[in-house]
Amino acid sequence: MLTNARRIVRSGFINFWRSGIVSLSSVVVLVTTLFVIGGLYLGQAFLNDSIQAIKDKVDISVSFQPYAVESEVLAYQKQLELQPTVAKVTYRSREDELADFKERNKGNALILQSLEEVGNPLGARLNIQATDPSHYESIAKYLNQDNALTTDGRDLIYTVNYKKDNIDRLNALIAAARRVGSAVVIVFIIISVLTVFSTVSLAIHVSREEIAVMRLVGADNRYIRGPFIVEGMVTGIFASLLAMLILYPAVIWASQAASAFPESLDLVGYYLNNFATLFFLILGSGLILSAVASYLAVRKYLKV
Amino acid sequence: MIFFDRVTKIYPDRSLALDQVSFSVEKGEFLSVVGHSGAGKTTLLKMILVEETPTSGSVFLNSTDLSAMGRQHLHRLRRKIGSVFQDYRLLPNKTVFENIAFTMEAAGRSDEEIASDVPHVLELVGLADKIWNFPNQLSGGEKQRVAIARAIVNQPDILIADEPTGNLDPINTFEVVQIFKKINDLGTTVILTTHNKNVVESIGRRVLTLEGGRLVRDDNHGRYVL
Repeated sequence: MLTNARRIVRSGFINFWRSGIVSLSSVVVLVTTLFVIGGLYLGQAFLNDSIQAIKDKVDISVSFQPYAVESEVLAYQKQLELQPTVAKVTYRSREDELADFKERNKGNALILQSLEEVGNPLGARLNIQATDPSHYESIAKYLNQDNALTTDGRDLIYTVNYKKDNIDRLNALIAAARRVGSAVVIVFIIISVLTVFSTVSLAIHVSREEIAVMRLVGADNRYIRGPFIVEGMVTGIFASLLAMLILYPAVIWASQAASAFPESLDLVGYYLNNFATLFFLILGSGLILSAVASYLAVRKYLKV
Repeated sequence: MIFFDRVTKIYPDRSLALDQVSFSVEKGEFLSVVGHSGAGKTTLLKMILVEETPTSGSVFLNSTDLSAMGRQHLHRLRRKIGSVFQDYRLLPNKTVFENIAFTMEAAGRSDEEIASDVPHVLELVGLADKIWNFPNQLSGGEKQRVAIARAIVNQPDILIADEPTGNLDPINTFEVVQIFKKINDLGTTVILTTHNKNVVESIGRRVLTLEGGRLVRDDNHGRYVL
């Protein structure tokens, strides 16, 4: 048993080496496939990160009455943070709001002068981010129905700012991006797998006479198939290493291209931080694809 | 040892390769099968290796009906039969040593046996100095001798050879026939097909003559008559 395994492994390595140009072309095709798989993995990360960045920019803001005191607003913030659909609540004081308002209107002397006269007319504000954009509607409903009052019985909330159309559009955009992303991944993976399968089939087709001879001299199917599977796995290992090597400069290039988009994912950092995961994904795909393709291709010629 | 019982073979294209052929071969016999191209010689050998199965009739090897044998057991049968082909059918990416060793490995022989038997059998066919050559570095005659070495290394009960001298010049033909005779003298049953008159007459043993798939002559000390 062990002797057979040793002979099969040795034979697989020798066949890979001696098949020369056939092995090289199998490696090249598999490198392309694994490069696509690695690219799709990084592309999905980029897409998810971009979607998250857009989601983070969306929120519902609640403006409070100018007479609402800070402790009442902070208590309301705590109450909101307990909601399961709420991811984050940011507090902005009356002073922050005033400073922002002045900054936005710094060219308008009339407004600035009016402010000097009336003091700070603005209330504090809470910016609420939902765990998912689809939850904004229910949060807005809750805020509008919740008649929060100050300690002396007056309305606490001045207005709830919720741009339903924008959020609905964003939800549709995110869903479409995810659908397109998934479709692209599925299509590319199918194309890649088929390409590998046909290349391996072609490579083994060259050896169909040899397989027939092996059967005729009394070799059993396992002993014939084994070296081809090992050869496929060796192809997978070489192709994985090359794909990882080629992916690095490609990631640097893509990262530079993506830097035009503000706050885009640092692809090089992501590649380096997830190197092990990516490597095992590519190596695993390479080994499984080529071994399964070899197994199936040899099976066709074992009927002698 | 081998018994063909009214064997008929019709291929899917409706061509008749063998028609009600019956004969038996005893252990240690040297049988030449002659006939024109398309007479059914190769089909007859393929029946023994179970590369083809009869359309009707049966082929028996030591009372085992070969056509009833499951595909998963064929390798055990084929280890008892050495085969030599006109086009040599060596494994092109393996050296002479590896081609012969492969047959021994497939039969589960140990590394020590392989290391000792392969050089020995190559010496027997006069190719000891070509042990590390690849098939494409050998002449036709040398390739055929490697194929013979591969066929006999596991000391099979039967050696079948399909037109083994078809691609060889007269000198190589003579040498190959001498090797077959030597193998037969050591007790192996040899069945060879040929349409070379000189080969048949130099062997001088039993001859089966096929014509259009029918067995037309079976002479114990036959000559090439067509």
